[in-house]
Amino acid sequence: MLESIKTFAADFFVTGDPLIYGADVSILLVTIAVIFVLTYFKKWNWLWREWLTTVDHKKIGIMYLIASLLMMFRGGVDALLMRTQLAFPNADFLPSDKYNEIFTTHGTIMILFMAMPLMFALFNMVVPLQIGARDVAYPFLNAVSFWAFFFGAMLFNLSFVIGGSPDAGWLSYAPLSEVQFSEGPGQNFYIWGIQISGIGSLASGINFLVTILKMRAPGMKLMKMPLFSWSVLSSCIIIIFAFPILTVTLGLLFVDRFFGASFFTLDGGGNPMYYINLIWMWGHPEVYLVVLPAFGVFSEVVSTFSKKKIFGYKSMVFALLSISLLSFFTWVHHFFTMADYKVDAFFAITTMAIAIPTGVKVFNWMFTMFRGRIQMKPPMLWTLAFIPTFLVGGMTGVMLAVAPADFQYHNSYFLIAHFHQVLIGGVVFGFFSGIYYWWPKIFGFTLNEKLGLWAFWLWNIGFYSTFMPQYALGFMGMPRRSSTYGWDMGWWPLNFVSTIGAFLMGAGFIFQVWQIIYSVRQGKKDTTGDPWDGRTLEWSIPSPPPEYNFAVIPTVEQQDDFWYKKQQGKSMKPTKYKSIHMPKNSGIPFIMGSFWFIAGFGLTFEWVWLGIIGLIGVAVSIVARHLQKERDYYIPAEEVEKTEASIGGAR
Amino acid sequence: MEYASKNKIKHIEDEHDHDHEHDESSIKTFGFWVFLITDLILFATLFATYTVLRTRYNGGPTGEELFEIPIFVAETFILLTSSFTSGLATLGLKRKNPKIVIGWLIVTAILGLAFIGLEITEFTTLVEEGAAISTSAFLSAFYVLVGTHGIHVSAGIIWMASTIIQIARYGITKDTEHKTYIVTLYWHFLDVVWIFIFTVVYLIGVM
Amino acid sequence: MKRISKISLILFLTTLLSACSNADYIVLDPKGPVGQIQANLIWTSVILLASVIVPVLLLFVFIVIRYRDKPGNRAPFKPEWDDNKTLEIIWWGIPILLIGVLGFFTVRDTFVLEEPPSKDVEPMTIQVTSLDWKWLFQYPEQEIATVNYLQIPTDTPINFELTTDAPINSFWVPQLGGQKYTLPGKTLSLWLEAEEEGTYFGTANNFSGKDFTKMKFDVIAKSNDEFQQWVNEVKQSSKPLTLNDYQELSKQSVVGTSEYSTIPADLFEYIVDKNGGQYYRSNNHTASDHDRKQLELSNNE
Repeated sequence: MLESIKTFAADFFVTGDPLIYGADVSILLVTIAVIFVLTYFKKWNWLWREWLTTVDHKKIGIMYLIASLLMMFRGGVDALLMRTQLAFPNADFLPSDKYNEIFTTHGTIMILFMAMPLMFALFNMVVPLQIGARDVAYPFLNAVSFWAFFFGAMLFNLSFVIGGSPDAGWLSYAPLSEVQFSEGPGQNFYIWGIQISGIGSLASGINFLVTILKMRAPGMKLMKMPLFSWSVLSSCIIIIFAFPILTVTLGLLFVDRFFGASFFTLDGGGNPMYYINLIWMWGHPEVYLVVLPAFGVFSEVVSTFSKKKIFGYKSMVFALLSISLLSFFTWVHHFFTMADYKVDAFFAITTMAIAIPTGVKVFNWMFTMFRGRIQMKPPMLWTLAFIPTFLVGGMTGVMLAVAPADFQYHNSYFLIAHFHQVLIGGVVFGFFSGIYYWWPKIFGFTLNEKLGLWAFWLWNIGFYSTFMPQYALGFMGMPRRSSTYGWDMGWWPLNFVSTIGAFLMGAGFIFQVWQIIYSVRQGKKDTTGDPWDGRTLEWSIPSPPPEYNFAVIPTVEQQDDFWYKKQQGKSMKPTKYKSIHMPKNSGIPFIMGSFWFIAGFGLTFEWVWLGIIGLIGVAVSIVARHLQKERDYYIPAEEVEKTEASIGGAR
Repeated sequence: MEYASKNKIKHIEDEHDHDHEHDESSIKTFGFWVFLITDLILFATLFATYTVLRTRYNGGPTGEELFEIPIFVAETFILLTSSFTSGLATLGLKRKNPKIVIGWLIVTAILGLAFIGLEITEFTTLVEEGAAISTSAFLSAFYVLVGTHGIHVSAGIIWMASTIIQIARYGITKDTEHKTYIVTLYWHFLDVVWIFIFTVVYLIGVM
Repeated sequence: MKRISKISLILFLTTLLSACSNADYIVLDPKGPVGQIQANLIWTSVILLASVIVPVLLLFVFIVIRYRDKPGNRAPFKPEWDDNKTLEIIWWGIPILLIGVLGFFTVRDTFVLEEPPSKDVEPMTIQVTSLDWKWLFQYPEQEIATVNYLQIPTDTPINFELTTDAPINSFWVPQLGGQKYTLPGKTLSLWLEAEEEGTYFGTANNFSGKDFTKMKFDVIAKSNDEFQQWVNEVKQSSKPLTLNDYQELSKQSVVGTSEYSTIPADLFEYIVDKNGGQYYRSNNHTASDHDRKQLELSNNE
């Protein structure tokens, strides 16, 4: 009996690696610390009431932000481990199987559990405020989305210490990801971690699409809507059309692995190339949907900090929508080396075509600054850093789109440099810009600028020294996912520079964490509600906004409505209050997420009984919600008036 | 948090303009249509998968050898009828008669159960004949496409049951009316998907 | 800000410029017509794109300096200026034009690369199979095989027929030309040719599991006579490749180089077929006559 428990534990937990023992200990310590703090300060009830059961989009946004920063830490540590291994030729810091696991989790975490939630953090923090709404269209569903993401991410991360990490690359190409080549739970962790959080992403896509189309303040016609909201709308359109494909792809892969079906297997008539098509039919739109909201952030920031109306608003909207559309017609450029040459020619052209609307956007941002007054505030700094980075990243992107030349770049470090340049320079810089911009609105205090400046320069210098050498390494023939290399190819010096750059970026991240912790205690309170002299509706309400956002829903007359009302000295302060209809908090989303976790865990280990318990739990949660009758309440007018008076200074 | 006693809520509800309530139900309906788009893409992907793999028999049986015309015709007939009866239920909503609504919803759910029952027998017979999900890529695609539809129908039945309970308990209110409308919309959607399965999988399969 | 764009520019340009002089940049130092076409295309695209990107970067730097919010800045300030049709037409036009020109070259070369690089020389076929974690190269015309290295004659167009009996991989010899995938059940055809004698770096380029990194191979290009001599040597001094040897090779392992004096008939077709080759029959249009004959044989069986 004892023996069998021992063998089980040895299989169940990943053993024999100091890295993982370190992780075990730190997970244990952090858990104990959290439990202790919550108990000592008697905060359990507070945690449940204010956070775990909340349906308030602002709080959900904050939770997304915290989760994505944690994931950025995890993914960043993965990156540093890889760069350490590659700093010198023939290093054996990470043996190849460990290295394979680490680049797989790095990619998956950074795209799906860092970039996506950071994006949803911004959606949640900003969209309802910007369009003058009390909340999203479906606040309950919003909480369901968050907890699905959260538990999916936890499930995926668990693989590091339990069962073993997936190691077939961030898109897990078949047939490598099939049982024949990847036995054990690692790949199942990948499938279920992403599948569960993917359900959340899909629901968020629907939620924000409906919010933007149906919940705008009276008078805010679509063509008067701020560009960030437009970018969210474009992004949601992509989510709605792309994520079901991911759901199916991962589902089929699991059916292959669990039921022995042969969708993507070598034998049984399976078609592995079809997997690659499917995963990129989702995967390519996916990278565009994370970058579009960053474009939205830049539009807001450039306009605010140039003290000027955005240039070419209509062009900008048209560009966003055409990128959404075009993003669905480029997936083959990820495997020019696999497709027929005529197909290659077609997709090379469609891929290059995306550069057209993207280029137009860059011109419009630049001409928004032209004849403006550029203020070098933290959000603007990140935006200014973005433009040259993205120009170069875009240029190498078009180079990659040249199909015959791509045969030489494909899967080399040139490609690695390109997509990090657009994902870090575009998405991460964009989201940082957005976080710095809206931070005072959501948290009610500003972040320390000096520490931010340190972070900014470390990130930028680190970024260029990491990825510029990698373009060169591509021309030297270094394949991506190489776990090591020899002295003979001359790859060492540039790899070494690249590693130093990566650590500089890591230092930049530490400065940001320090900046946040420092500012929580020392940060200046934002009493105005409008610290940047903003243009859009979110700056017309106090920071942080009350739970109902707008005491009275404003009526909008034009683009940048708040700005012009400010100019004319018109107060947006309401005079008469009405009772406000609000959704009630609910524990169901959290519970449903927990059941998803249980189901995912059971199916990962192919413990059918546990999987079924989890799935039944999910079903019961949904039915319980359907049967629920009292889902909302009213905040009486007097109550609103009192709240508004107590935060009254903020306007 | 409870801000007001029951009476107070009643009072507030009265002074609240009713356009808002309409608005909310229209928002929910709109969102459901968007959800249906995502579900449609899910099925479209499965149809594409089936089309890609439909001739990969791996030396195993073909659709022509497997599909039995009476069974899939019966399935189609049952599901089409259930779509009609769910339509009758929404007519009952207009007359504000909960009994008619519940009655037709129950008929619909029973037809749905019959459909699922037939599908399960069909699948078990196939497996007994040696045509399992692991036999060939064609069969993998077949089981997953038709099975996903079956799971959707099963979910629809549970959902319908929950709606029936609520109508029985609260009568026809704005809330239950909306829920009934949505569940029947979903049911029609599944019917449309089935018509495609009927054509793409079964009809073309036996031809 | 100025610093950032400058750093980016300088780093990127030095990277590219130093590439011309340094022989380590093997992609830009091709030794055959295919690699040459691709290198030319790379340079064309870089020049075309840089001719737009560099001025835009300079304009960006100019704007950021000129319109900074400093006391006493006398640059014009027009907060309501948000529309100019002429300008908009210009910057919708520039990328469209650029893409048009680049698109032309792209499509042209895509079609060119489908053809044998030298039309007047009789081409040769080599059948490539990626395995876990090694390469098997079969010479159907010479009826020999090698593992983990290739020997080829110079100035002869070579039709590499690529497949895999393991996860999808990619066959890449940067100095001869770009890569293509090795797909299960399907053969892709890749034309390469060496114009200079030498030993060229070849690598697996699509991740295929644990020891993917070790799937490197040398391509030794020698004159036709020396190649024939080598073939004869292999025929005389090596052991034959049997089906059992192949089964052993196809297991997951890392091995050194080796060569075989004969190859089992239809081994390549067998590999393709066992991974679903029957479903791509119509796609075998690139197979040589030799293969077609063999395929007919296997179909008649």
